[in-house]
Amino acid sequence: MILSILAAIPIAGALLLALLPRGRGGHLPAKAIALSVSLVTLAVSFVVLARFDVGDGGYQLTSTHEWIAAFGAHYAVGVNGIALTLVLLTTILAPIVILASFDDRLPDPRGTNAYLAWMLAVEGLAIGAFTATDAFLFYVLFEATLIPLYFLIGTFGGPTTTPGGRSYAAVKFLIYNLVGGLLMLAAIVGLYVVSSRQGDASYLLTDLTDLDMSRTTERLLFCGFMAAFAIKAPLWPLHTWLPDAAAQSTPGTSVLMVSVVDKIGTFGMITWCLNLFPEAADWASPVIMTLAVVSIVYGALLAIGQDDIRRLIAFTSVSHFGFIILGIFAFTSTSMAGSTLYMFNHGLSTAALFIVTGIMVSRRGSARISDFGGVQKIAPILSGVLLLAGLSSLSLPGLAPFVSEFLVLAGTFTVSIPAAAVATLGIVLAALYILIMYQRTMTGPLDPGSAGVTDLEPREIAALTPAIMLIIGLGFFPQPVLNAINPAIDTVVSHIGKGDPAPRTPTLITEHSKDVPTDEEGGH
Amino acid sequence: MNEYITLSLILFTIGAVGVLVRRNAIIVFMCIELMLNATNLAFVSFSRQHGNLDGQVAAFFVMVVAAAEVVVGLSIIVSIYRARRTTSVDDASLLKS
Amino acid sequence: MFDLMWLLIAIPLASGALLLIWGKESDRFGHLIGTAASAASFVLGVVLFVRLMGEDAGHRSQAVSLFTWIDTGTFHVEMSFVLDQLSGLFVLLITGVGTLIHVYSIGYMGHDERRRRFFAYLNIFVAAMLTLVLAGDYLVLFLGWEGVGLASYLLIGFWQHKPSAAAAAKKAFVVNRVGDIGMALAIMLMFAQFGTSAIAAVDAAAPGAGDSVTTALGLLLLLGACGKSAQVPLQSWLLDAMEGPTPVSALIHAATMVTAGVYLVVRSNAIFDASEVARTAVIVVGLVTLLAGAWIGCAKDDIKKALAGSTMSQIGYMMLAAGLGPAGYAFAVFHLITHGFFKANMFLGAGSVMHGMDDDVEMRHYGGLRTMMPITFATFGLGYLAIIGVPPFAGFWSKDKIIEAAFGENLWVGLGALLGAGVTAFYMTRLMILTFLSQKRWRDDVHPHESPRVMTWPLIGLAALSAVGGILLLGDWITEWLEPVVGHAEHHELAVPAIVLTIIITAVVLLGVVAAVVFYRREPIAAETPADSSVSIFARAGRHELYGNEVNETLVVRPTRHLTRFLVWLDGMGIDGFVTGLADRLGDTSQLLRKPQTGYVRSYALTMFGGVAVVVLCLLAVTLA
Repeated sequence: MILSILAAIPIAGALLLALLPRGRGGHLPAKAIALSVSLVTLAVSFVVLARFDVGDGGYQLTSTHEWIAAFGAHYAVGVNGIALTLVLLTTILAPIVILASFDDRLPDPRGTNAYLAWMLAVEGLAIGAFTATDAFLFYVLFEATLIPLYFLIGTFGGPTTTPGGRSYAAVKFLIYNLVGGLLMLAAIVGLYVVSSRQGDASYLLTDLTDLDMSRTTERLLFCGFMAAFAIKAPLWPLHTWLPDAAAQSTPGTSVLMVSVVDKIGTFGMITWCLNLFPEAADWASPVIMTLAVVSIVYGALLAIGQDDIRRLIAFTSVSHFGFIILGIFAFTSTSMAGSTLYMFNHGLSTAALFIVTGIMVSRRGSARISDFGGVQKIAPILSGVLLLAGLSSLSLPGLAPFVSEFLVLAGTFTVSIPAAAVATLGIVLAALYILIMYQRTMTGPLDPGSAGVTDLEPREIAALTPAIMLIIGLGFFPQPVLNAINPAIDTVVSHIGKGDPAPRTPTLITEHSKDVPTDEEGGH
Repeated sequence: MNEYITLSLILFTIGAVGVLVRRNAIIVFMCIELMLNATNLAFVSFSRQHGNLDGQVAAFFVMVVAAAEVVVGLSIIVSIYRARRTTSVDDASLLKS
Repeated sequence: MFDLMWLLIAIPLASGALLLIWGKESDRFGHLIGTAASAASFVLGVVLFVRLMGEDAGHRSQAVSLFTWIDTGTFHVEMSFVLDQLSGLFVLLITGVGTLIHVYSIGYMGHDERRRRFFAYLNIFVAAMLTLVLAGDYLVLFLGWEGVGLASYLLIGFWQHKPSAAAAAKKAFVVNRVGDIGMALAIMLMFAQFGTSAIAAVDAAAPGAGDSVTTALGLLLLLGACGKSAQVPLQSWLLDAMEGPTPVSALIHAATMVTAGVYLVVRSNAIFDASEVARTAVIVVGLVTLLAGAWIGCAKDDIKKALAGSTMSQIGYMMLAAGLGPAGYAFAVFHLITHGFFKANMFLGAGSVMHGMDDDVEMRHYGGLRTMMPITFATFGLGYLAIIGVPPFAGFWSKDKIIEAAFGENLWVGLGALLGAGVTAFYMTRLMILTFLSQKRWRDDVHPHESPRVMTWPLIGLAALSAVGGILLLGDWITEWLEPVVGHAEHHELAVPAIVLTIIITAVVLLGVVAAVVFYRREPIAAETPADSSVSIFARAGRHELYGNEVNETLVVRPTRHLTRFLVWLDGMGIDGFVTGLADRLGDTSQLLRKPQTGYVRSYALTMFGGVAVVVLCLLAVTLA
């Protein structure tokens, strides 16, 4: 019940905002409503957290109602540790995004109400998709997130509607994702056929996991689901919609798109692909791991070559999504827990990056890196936040993404040394794309055109502080999140019949070293 | 019997040719009405020939639709005329960019 | 008591964070907080070290686990710290030299408006470096490892308005990251192989892991060490790093951070002991770097870069010693400590000279400064005597032992190390002559003057340590102290008695000094650097840092840049082009279908009639047939 409420609050808030008369001049009531709705959602998500039993790997707080009896669709929601992590990511990011988007310059300045309403709609639908435990419900919500995002990009995005402008980006985004959704729809229909042949048709996750399928059917259905998720999470070579969409979006939209909605893709891989089609996932894993490694290196190299800051961040995300997917399809509990944690951390670090660069772009009036220079001198706080967000993106130890990236790599290494070794190249390339960007925009003599870039305002600092605190805090104390993730991951890993390879030369000493004599001591 | 059918055929042909060759929307419209009435005539004739009421029911149906169509069609023509000072159908090709 | 060792790290870290967050009002006293934090850490370090000495030899490895850092699946990492004989020495070196450099920086950075931030970064560096040496787990070590990398990045690029500084900072970070690939993969391999990355557990398991594993681990760790310690082939960043403020060069790029690679090798001695190949690789890297660094040191006219070349070379000595196995570990650490003293001393001395010379780094613009800066000259002179290895100064004891051990390993390695000692004497004498002796060559508007006391006292302290640092070897104290950590060395009998070798080494050193004196006293020194064409090919290569940058540029940077450009093109034209092309073809088809839509009602009607006629005809044909 509480999960339904959690998803319903932002949706109701969005409706309320849509009905609100357009304000003259200021949009204070709209802004206040949007922010407080997102804060209430955050509070409710903490209630969910409080009622969640961390030690249990199954779905909790479930509720199931019959929805469309004709083909066995249910309204069924529930969370396990993985879903809870992503729900919390969504509810934490929503107020940050809304607060940071208060003063976005929209093509139509009267559109603030609708802009904020669509954002709340994204939040509600994403929470719905993360908590859905019915394949049909999940599909509907998965596709429904496209609607608000389409309008957020197409109506409130970049300055132009000309080719390459915001309409182009919005249509490209929509078509790419619709194609994926279509393939998934075919797989959903296929699931119905398979499940109705084995008694009553049902789309419930619990029923679908025990389904018997022929090998070919399973592989085909897996491909249908995976295609949708691979486009959403963008996996090379299905990534080209993301840079365009990110370059044409407002920072808030980009955050919602990359940090939240794209995570439904990787979340879907763990929850739906692996649970429903374990054998097919195993069959496809060499190919997907290869594509993921290509994504990591390719995304990073392309990020180095970008001049538009927003496209740069989009390509870093392609690289990071490569890590997440690599970890999922390495099938070790270490790498999968790392991937799940990575989703959370990447959400935070990318949000900080998009927001802070969005501020830079709106003050400079240009997103081109070459138009900046020496900003550090006039905006030290801004540049400090950019550096910190950048360092988290390049996975500096001590910041949150490092833990997750290292878990992914360490887990992958036990299964495939080449994949891990090539992926590790990503850490050098990450240093390059972040530091080159920082060097060109922030250091050196002040670029005359950048002289108008003022430092962060209190409102912006307030929006960024929670993200920064979490990035630093989870770098040293990732355990609270991992504790929630671990049992759920163990359940998935045992369901697909995989496990961590045992150490080849196990040590007898697992506890720390207090009483361990160094081996040379006996020598004399 | 054949005469009715022949008359219906002739009326229909006149109507069809009118629709195809005339540019004035009113005339085109009247030609459409002519075609409808030609079919009505054929319906009634066949109804009589077969001895059941199906054809007559259809004829009534056509009349009702025709009446509705007249209302909508004429109002469109009037508003086009008001806006463009012409009733030529060739000028009203705005949907083609 | 040892439970408090986390405070060693926490104090400077908290101070650094405080200074970064606290606003402008702390500008007046921020540097004092930073210095006090470092000093507090030093005091605590001394107390802990004394306690450690008070323990039995078997209980001198004190471990503390603060909390579980990461625990998932089979991956378990404790935030654990170990204070033992080795890390204890490092703690003293880092906090001791660190505090002196903090004090010095109060004066050196006195006129910089961002001094508070400078001290914040220095504090963060000290915290990260202590994390590195105290770590009880390789992943925690990696945390410190990257932490010092970050501090180094921030401090090299401290004067961000200079594009060269920003570029040097980035280069240092990126080159270090290349080394970090090795570190990261080594830790992954440990995890896959042993199921843990706790240092003690890995140490215990390494001998039983098989030769291929230990060799791989050793080589990967060596790659990491090469990056951090500026060893060939990842040496190129160190000379550029001299763009940073001089105290940074002294603390990070001479005394502490760059020696982290040596620490890593010594700390991982169980792995290197188990792999002959890895140890040989360490020796080769050390020997090549020691000669390359010395070569570069001979040719540079920039005082900081000459010293940086010398740093490379001296770390090469340490690496070489570490590669010798148990015979050399203790001497590597010993040389590391004495080097920390005398090189920090000389860098700060160079900073003092620059302070008096309006930040000019060109040695050819100096000359005859001994009278203008007597304290700097005296302290620098002590450092000079120490580095070239004149008895009884610190460097003599440590370098002598390394060369002796090198001869014990292999004649050629020993000869290489001996040659290095001679070249060291040559370039350091050259540096002394150009800077302090010879005639004055500075312009008349420059007024060299001695630095303020806050800068000279640290110099005096470090000079004293450079002079007497050799006492650590008294009664073989340091070798016995470190023995539980690095293992016992069987004594090699050399072909000649040790004392003869010492005499030979000293003779070679004197030869280097005489050569430099003859070379630079013979004629007046040009006030400008001679053109490349007028100097020997050796000098030219040295000036260009043995073309290391050019090699990197050709082999790595340019191909990467081309690859990136190609991929950007490919992404736009190839992948995106394929998709948008598909969409365009669809559009073209629609355009074709659009043609018949003329907009004329009559033509539509005609089409309809035509269609009806066709249907009717078809029906008729079907019916009649």
